[in-house]
Amino acid sequence: MSEYILGIETSCDETAAAIIKDGREIVANVVASQIESHKRFGGVVPEIASRHHVEQITHVLEETFEKAELTMDDIDAVAVTEGPGLVGALLVGVNTAKALAFAHHKPLIGVHHIAGHIYANRLVQEFDFPLLALVVSGGHTELILMKEHGSFQIIGETRDDAAGEAYDKVARTLKLPYPGGPKIDQLAQDGQSVIDFPRAWLEEGSYDFSFSGLKSAVINTLHNAEQRGEQYLQEDIAASFQASVVEVLVEKTYRAAKNHGVKQVIVAGGVAANKGLRKAMEEKFAGEASALMFPPISLCTDNAAIIAAAGSVAYNQGHRAGWDLNANPGLDLERYAQRNK
Amino acid sequence: MNILAIDTSNQVMGVAIYKDGQVLAEYTTNMKRNHSIGLMPAIDHIMKETDMKPDQLDRIAVAKGPGSYTGVRIGLSTAKTMAWTLNIPIVALSSLELVAYNGFGFAKYICPFFDARRGLVYTGLYEQTDSHLAVRKEEQNISFEAWLGQLNEMEESILFLSQDVELHRSMIVSILGEKAVFPSVDQFHLPKAGILASLAADRDHELTHEITPNYLRLVEAEANWLKEQERKRNE
Ligand SMILES: [Zn+2]
Repeated sequence: MSEYILGIETSCDETAAAIIKDGREIVANVVASQIESHKRFGGVVPEIASRHHVEQITHVLEETFEKAELTMDDIDAVAVTEGPGLVGALLVGVNTAKALAFAHHKPLIGVHHIAGHIYANRLVQEFDFPLLALVVSGGHTELILMKEHGSFQIIGETRDDAAGEAYDKVARTLKLPYPGGPKIDQLAQDGQSVIDFPRAWLEEGSYDFSFSGLKSAVINTLHNAEQRGEQYLQEDIAASFQASVVEVLVEKTYRAAKNHGVKQVIVAGGVAANKGLRKAMEEKFAGEASALMFPPISLCTDNAAIIAAAGSVAYNQGHRAGWDLNANPGLDLERYAQRNK
Repeated sequence: MNILAIDTSNQVMGVAIYKDGQVLAEYTTNMKRNHSIGLMPAIDHIMKETDMKPDQLDRIAVAKGPGSYTGVRIGLSTAKTMAWTLNIPIVALSSLELVAYNGFGFAKYICPFFDARRGLVYTGLYEQTDSHLAVRKEEQNISFEAWLGQLNEMEESILFLSQDVELHRSMIVSILGEKAVFPSVDQFHLPKAGILASLAADRDHELTHEITPNYLRLVEAEANWLKEQERKRNE
């Protein structure tokens, strides 16, 4: 018999529900985006995100079940993002999941949001361990080593801004409309890397990242140019900034992949949609032993299918959350992984 | 009719089971704690105690605020989802109205309020009729001093019900004098999920998808944005 997992995700500004079959096949995947609402504020306003979630959640669930042509009776477990994320936003999903699981006597599974981003790739291709995941988004920049299902070892992470955050901040400096990250990528396609922005390599052998210095360098460069009465093309600023971010991401991922002899390299999270990053990764890993994989763009941004995919593994490993499951905005990935054992 | 009532809109967390015209069980905590942790274990407990299965429920009742934004959403996410997935009606009541019913039968005018910081309160004025409480002054988020000034224009005495009453008692008395009445037992200030359940038995239900929290206040960013739009229009 097939296994059906319902996933729920409300950690930021997408209200999402999905049903997946046997851990790997999407049956329905519904996302209600709030981008239009947050645009006017130039970023996500947490309280407004939470308000939208509570208005949208039953609509999203209904659409999910209609598309799947299934009912709660068919569902084996309810998986929900318990963290990290915005606490008020997470709470809507967590309490919704508890209500569904309780009303139908189904197991409840708490899922780490980053585990979801990594498992996005399993909806396309089965994992081959050990594997390395580079998770890059507005909230995360992490290199994660997986030796088996449900095991996550963070070998590198950002010490300040997430890569996506740096994109958004630079976009704001360039006065690009929200969300600015993808627009920088777009501009960069038409620009030249004419400014040599710094690359933060940190200590020898470190897989950690740092993007706050780069962000300041961009702001200073623009400011100094303005004082000299000069002007750079926006496209060139974007291309130069992107070249710096991408080089560090690619190089560190490549070294980590070599050092740990991984069979697969997965690039996941919202920034995995970045064309510049995709191209540079593909060039670097061409002909290498580790297979490079990008989940489809629709699965890179936040959605609930990826939460259900990670939830399916946790479910099969015997993980069960209690009725006291809470939102955990600072949920630690490694501790979460140990709990799954 | 079997009803599960849920209130997590303020410091008190309450759940109750109503069956065959009476409240079978009521569970209340009055502590500063995270309702997201406590709510579902409380529901699980009270359902077991009353031998009630989710599919035997006919109706869900929920207090929709005003109150803690997060608290209100914990209750509404749970209640809306249960009503939707069990395909049963949901009745959402104002959290102020719920507290006002603690004074039903004891006073003609009842003013429930919740402290909203910086001199503001969420409040409204209820008036007793033969069968129920009617809204005499709409619920609002207002400076308590201004509100008490409005109430002082009335002749009759008013019963004040609020868990935050001690914070404001001296101001209430200084403005309204003898017209201000307080219950002699503190318990009357606390919302009761059992009352919520009983009230919900006779109320019209709403469309589950359409129920939204009764925040009584815009998000600050949104209020500022609206002001900015207004300013631009007038330029
Ligand atoms: Zn994400």
